[in-house]
Amino acid sequence: MAISTHRTLPEDLVSIQAEMQARAKEEGLDFFDTNFEFVDYEELSMFAAYTGFPQRYPHWRFGAQYDELMKGYSYGLQKIYEMVINTNPCHAYLLNTNSKADQKLVIAHVYGHCDFFKNNAWFAPTNRKMLDQVANHAARVNRYIDRHGHEAVEEFIDACLSLEDLIDPHLPHVKRHDDHVPKKNSLATDNEQKTDETNDGRFPSEKQYMDAFINPPDVLQAQAEEKQKVQEAKEAARSFPTRPERDVLLFLLEHADLRPWQHDVLSIVRDEAYYFAPQGQTKIMNEGWASYWHSTIMTKYGLTDAEVVEYADHHSGTMAMSPQRLNPYKIGIELFRDVEERWNKGQFGSEWESCDDQREREHWNRDTGLGREKIFEARRIHNDVTFLDTFLTPEFCQKNKFFMFAYNEANEHYEIASREFYKVKEQLLDSLTNHGRPVIRVTDGNYKNRGELYLIHQFQGMPLKLDYARDTLTNLHRLWRRPVHIETVCEEKSTVLSYDGTSHEMKSN
Amino acid sequence: MSRNIDRDLTRFKQIVRGKVRQNLRKYVNHGEMIGRKGKNVVSIPVPSINIPRFQHGPKGSGGVGQGDGEEGQPIGKGGQQPGDGMGPAGSEPGDQHYREVEVTLDELAEMLGDELQLPRIEPKGNDAIVSKKDRYTTISDNGPDSLRHHKRTFKKALKRSIASASYRPERPMIIPTRPDFQYRSWKSVPLPQSNAALIYIMDVSGSMMDEQKEIVRTEAFWIDTWLRNQYDGVECRYIIHDAAAKEVDEDTFYHTRESGGTRISSAYKVCRDLIRRDFPPSEWNIYCFQFSDGDNWGEDNKDCLQMLIEDIMVHCNLYCYGQVESPYGSGDFIRELRNLTEEHENLVLSEIPGKDAIYDSIKTFLGKGK
Repeated sequence: MAISTHRTLPEDLVSIQAEMQARAKEEGLDFFDTNFEFVDYEELSMFAAYTGFPQRYPHWRFGAQYDELMKGYSYGLQKIYEMVINTNPCHAYLLNTNSKADQKLVIAHVYGHCDFFKNNAWFAPTNRKMLDQVANHAARVNRYIDRHGHEAVEEFIDACLSLEDLIDPHLPHVKRHDDHVPKKNSLATDNEQKTDETNDGRFPSEKQYMDAFINPPDVLQAQAEEKQKVQEAKEAARSFPTRPERDVLLFLLEHADLRPWQHDVLSIVRDEAYYFAPQGQTKIMNEGWASYWHSTIMTKYGLTDAEVVEYADHHSGTMAMSPQRLNPYKIGIELFRDVEERWNKGQFGSEWESCDDQREREHWNRDTGLGREKIFEARRIHNDVTFLDTFLTPEFCQKNKFFMFAYNEANEHYEIASREFYKVKEQLLDSLTNHGRPVIRVTDGNYKNRGELYLIHQFQGMPLKLDYARDTLTNLHRLWRRPVHIETVCEEKSTVLSYDGTSHEMKSN
Repeated sequence: MSRNIDRDLTRFKQIVRGKVRQNLRKYVNHGEMIGRKGKNVVSIPVPSINIPRFQHGPKGSGGVGQGDGEEGQPIGKGGQQPGDGMGPAGSEPGDQHYREVEVTLDELAEMLGDELQLPRIEPKGNDAIVSKKDRYTTISDNGPDSLRHHKRTFKKALKRSIASASYRPERPMIIPTRPDFQYRSWKSVPLPQSNAALIYIMDVSGSMMDEQKEIVRTEAFWIDTWLRNQYDGVECRYIIHDAAAKEVDEDTFYHTRESGGTRISSAYKVCRDLIRRDFPPSEWNIYCFQFSDGDNWGEDNKDCLQMLIEDIMVHCNLYCYGQVESPYGSGDFIRELRNLTEEHENLVLSEIPGKDAIYDSIKTFLGKGK
């Protein structure tokens, strides 16, 4: 059932919105048109549960999310002020109980997000008409539910969601060489291979009487046999894909034995996973950027005397740090400010890097004034990982009191393990890379020549959670319908987990 | 207008409820997960429905945080992974995410009954001993001035004055008249009187370890839940014994660790006296649950059986004996009792080798519908 009533902003907010929009433009932000809607908390929770879209396919997890948001709100534990989605035009929802100062802050914040959506390179391949597509997805899933039953479709969606992470977040940006190389070239390589094959690995010998010594016949024969064996083995294995495939969902779409509706549901899940991937990749930057702009615009233009305290209270609430959890709003805004300051003062380049006089560094100011330019550049090209990798400095970590924590087996507590810059940075980048999820690739869709699926977990020091891995394999088996395996490392031994439809197996070498 | 989200919410709740049903076995075995707080509603931390994914192990390798503190300072308890790196509340699902599901004890008992297919109990005797009590919970138009409810009176007067357009905001004066007056008033509430008595007897001799006591505790909770659901009011009494027995309160019952020998007859003596004194069998449905590791002082068995048959079992709806397996107990006593089961229908025996067996044991005890 569609909820298409457009809840327009009340008059006073329309003028605030116009003002904020003008201010944002003045400051150089560049965004799609933004439609604001004015909703109550129930509706906002609903949109938030649906990740911003008014229509999603039926699934319990949205209900779960909604339940959590509503409970959190009714017990006064949490509150969402706004919600904005990456489409063209952008859609933003404002909570109707926000005070006027809050609304100003939130509208300025929203324009920050909109600018980021439009200009950040990682969002470039996303579908800006996602609103329609998601609604189409909902319609399609509803049709399947009508035809095949709620239970069947929901179970299948659950299985797909279980594999949702197995996409290649860089795929939309990758232009593979062979996608574009004209066919001629591939012919050429073919020819090379042929000549390679015809000469049988002979070394050129100018004098015939030497030939038997330079290319001894028994060695040649052995080589030929070897080659044939390899060739045969290759053919026998008929393994595909030719290179390990990170986009497991695509691989399943192409090769798994799915019924048409299942194929479509899986492709829906994959499409949405790709749509949401950049938001995961740029959480810190996106929130940091929006916060940077709400604070800039509010403190420069927006606030009346009466609103200062309220604004300060809410701004600092959003920026609160906690020992156990990094607040992306906080690191984001601080890092943007830090970059701006450094580039304004010329604290970059080889001269700055090579200076190790602490006092000089403290008072370093070359009046370069490049700050604004630099942060606009950063918001255009970076994602969280590259942003932190490029701009995180020891001074910044110290100033913001970063530390790394680790689990202490002895007293069963998490403890502050280190404040050393490189350790902190490494840990931070680790946890951001691939959203902190394991990197897994399909290496063989015809394992043992029996049509079994073989995945490899690229081990980076953190073992998989085994019970979850088993359940995920079970779900993978639902889609692949032949035995499935994943190779990982468990207790420092290479281990293969397998599921053949009836029982789980674990083999370590 | 019905919204899509309501459909998803209903679906979620159904799944969670269903989940409680299916996994009840698990809960029974992990009684400590259930808190009994407030009046009747318990908050059960039910694992939120986590879609399994390939993910890193529970302890990971740590994360990054912000704030003051020396190296080595603890920042969070084990078992709960602090947010791994990212996200404001809610954006990243935490590792162990518990969702609170409110289930009342009655619902829980229903589920238990369904799951174990327990028959409803036919109470004996005067099952409806009900007394009445007056509680001042309502409002009336009449009453003595001492019970006048000023706030309500004022509100009503305000309403009337606004309705009759005599209210002037610049001079907001309200004068209540007689019809505005509201008084606190009473309502008669039927107070169910207890008519089921549960007597728990536990052996706390040296051979009962903490693990055995945990089993008893869990089992007692579920028995309690079921019987409270079946009767309007339930009285619980607790007896512990080693070589000597005494009646104790609930807390002591679960936490005492005595030592020394075992003389079961001592407990039976206390139990017998208790029934005589407090629970005339004509008015009470009496349930006895005895938990022991089956070790008894050899010469004591004869006295025990005699007392059990003559003074206790005749009065009981059900006499349940659960024998917990312990590394030290000989487990003889259940053999003695087995000889009696043919003649005495209300004697139920069950052996509980470990936590997993609690479920079956409850079924054995309560499956008779008595």
